Amino acid sequence: MLAHFILALRNAGIPASITEYLALLRGMKAGVADYNVDDFYHLSRAALVKDERHLDRFDRVFGEVFKGLEAPEGEGFDTLVRQLPEEWLRKMAEKLLTEEEKAAIQAAGGFDKLMEMLRQRLAEQKGRHQGGSKWIGTGGTSPFGAHGYNPEGVRIGQEESRHRRAVKVWDKREFRDLDDSVEIGTRNIKLALRRLRRFARQGAATELDLPDTIRSTANNAGSLDLKMVPERHNTVKVLLFLDIGGSMDDWVKLSEELFSAARAEFKHLEHFYFHNCPYERLWTNNRRRRESEVSTLEVLRKYGPDYKAVFVGDASMSPYEIVQPGGSVEHWNEEPGSAWMARLTGHFRRSAWLNPMPQAGWGRTHSIGLMRQVMEDRMFPLTLGGIEAMTRELSR
Amino acid sequence: MAGFRSTENYIASRDLEVAVNAAVTLQRPLLVKGEPGTGKTVLAHEVAKALGLPLIEWHIKSTTKAQQGLYEYDAVSRLRDGQLGDERVHDISNYIVRGKLWEAFAADRQHVLLIDEIDKADIEFPNDLLLELDRMQFFVYETKETVVARHRPVVIITSNNEKELPDAFLRRCFFHYIRFPDRETMERIVQAHFPDIKQELAREALNVFFQVRGVGELKKKPATSELLDWLKLLMIEDLPPEVLRSQDPKVAIPPLHGALLKNEQDVHLFERLAFLSRQRQR
Ligand SMILES: Nc1ncnc2c1ncn2[C@@H]1O[C@H](COP(=O)(O)OP(=O)(O)O)[C@@H](O)[C@H]1O
Ligand SMILES: [Mg+2]
Repeated sequence: MLAHFILALRNAGIPASITEYLALLRGMKAGVADYNVDDFYHLSRAALVKDERHLDRFDRVFGEVFKGLEAPEGEGFDTLVRQLPEEWLRKMAEKLLTEEEKAAIQAAGGFDKLMEMLRQRLAEQKGRHQGGSKWIGTGGTSPFGAHGYNPEGVRIGQEESRHRRAVKVWDKREFRDLDDSVEIGTRNIKLALRRLRRFARQGAATELDLPDTIRSTANNAGSLDLKMVPERHNTVKVLLFLDIGGSMDDWVKLSEELFSAARAEFKHLEHFYFHNCPYERLWTNNRRRRESEVSTLEVLRKYGPDYKAVFVGDASMSPYEIVQPGGSVEHWNEEPGSAWMARLTGHFRRSAWLNPMPQAGWGRTHSIGLMRQVMEDRMFPLTLGGIEAMTRELSR
Repeated sequence: MAGFRSTENYIASRDLEVAVNAAVTLQRPLLVKGEPGTGKTVLAHEVAKALGLPLIEWHIKSTTKAQQGLYEYDAVSRLRDGQLGDERVHDISNYIVRGKLWEAFAADRQHVLLIDEIDKADIEFPNDLLLELDRMQFFVYETKETVVARHRPVVIITSNNEKELPDAFLRRCFFHYIRFPDRETMERIVQAHFPDIKQELAREALNVFFQVRGVGELKKKPATSELLDWLKLLMIEDLPPEVLRSQDPKVAIPPLHGALLKNEQDVHLFERLAFLSRQRQR
């Protein structure tokens, strides 16, 4: 069951590794938690989840996998204990172990040694299990009995969690707000902003101020006096290309807000608008399109390859708008949109596409697939996670 | 094992107790995250107290380098001594300055080592300490000596989540996220700090506090530390609790709000809200 649990966690996108899994086993063995389900939940969470954004997912998986764990006789827990995942360990180890972990295991006597240790541990557990219904360790009558339901065992401050058995801790889903795979709204826009700021503000260290050092050393009658100054910030320059097609209005507003709120942090941030797909002309003011028109070639000339290009759009259109000359909905384009996209992504060394459509639906829209190809897969959902993946991509 | 437990002075939830004890027993670092003011730094003090161990604190700044935790070679002093013809100059070890990790490793008893606000430093910082924290040893190139921990310190690392931490680093830690305390927990924290506070004052003040936190557009939401500061002021001024009762922050700005709202824009926001609601009442 533990094996199943870890697999379910990994399937849910929680990167629990074998190192962490072993830590959990060792923690159980060492008895750092009481022998009840709540503590098992706390311990496995502390060992397996390293990112608060994954806590809610963890809770869901935990609830799923350990359904019935609270069964009266502790059946669920016994099952859990009995199923030491030997098979799984071996299979997963080959796939999951990093080189350094493999080396660590080698150093500890090799994989067989490790398996033997685990088997031994299993045997110990079984032995004690026949004697009673407890998990490795001492004391307590059943895995749940330690003092979970016993009013005398209640410590100050634990009333709440100990009495409210009806709602299991993990079922409260208290970390729901921290999951970052939901679309960005007003609630988490601040967090998104933080990620962007972080992106804009990379690396500030100190460096030697040579002129000042020479001057001060001279003043010091030749005794060395080093002067340091903060390194100039790496200044990230960004060009934002926003789709203003009807369906995009809300998202455009959101992304504009997002980036302009982060504007102070970027040395250079410019935005341009397009409709569905960029062609030979862009514009800088959506309300006065005609007057604010600029030629795309001009943009390519004006902004160097060190600008990072971010496209924001749902990429949902007729495929012709991307692949056909004349495919645009509002004017005759001599060249297909893909040619202009190729020029833009070819010119700017780093580029990415942010798509506000829920990622699960991307596969159903042909044009999204096309645009992803054009972007060589650098399309990210407009979620906190997506923004982060994008900034990583852009700062590579 | 002595173990770490919630105390009269520090209110720890059960999951925090388990996380601390797991980290201590299995000798792995504990990474604690959470909003500023949720008791991360104080936790290290409490753990040290509970285990009866002395504490070494290493506060990280944006310019802190991992190497500084091990040791620094003070080349400038040596150069200066060289220029002045000082005898010390011939022994390089005179210019090796020990860092916090070395201090903890060399100590003749186990310590708790707090690495506070690790996310302030450069993104590479945690990775640079990985090996040293794992093996609890490091090599001093200048003197060709290996410093090995005589007693593995209990390592507590805090982060305000300004930066992502590297996976390899995370894999070795136990992790705990301190959620912002709910009303009940906050009452106990208040009780812990001000055992003599008038119950009514505490109740009214908490009402106002949680209402203030509920205002969506705040730049900086007040946290536990702001609440405690504010309560202290309220107690010093000896304000009657009734004053707070009518203090729906949407109607009037709370008394002595300076302790709660640290950001000027937030104060303006409240003034505007109060103004609007008075207009509406007319
Ligand atoms: N659980 C708690 N129990 C008692 N006091 C707390 C608790 N959480 C926070 N505090 C108080 O709040 C203040 C801020 O705590 P601190 O550790 O500095 O926060 P952080 O390091 O997370 O920013 C301190 O005065 C501390 O005593
Ligand atoms: Mg702190």
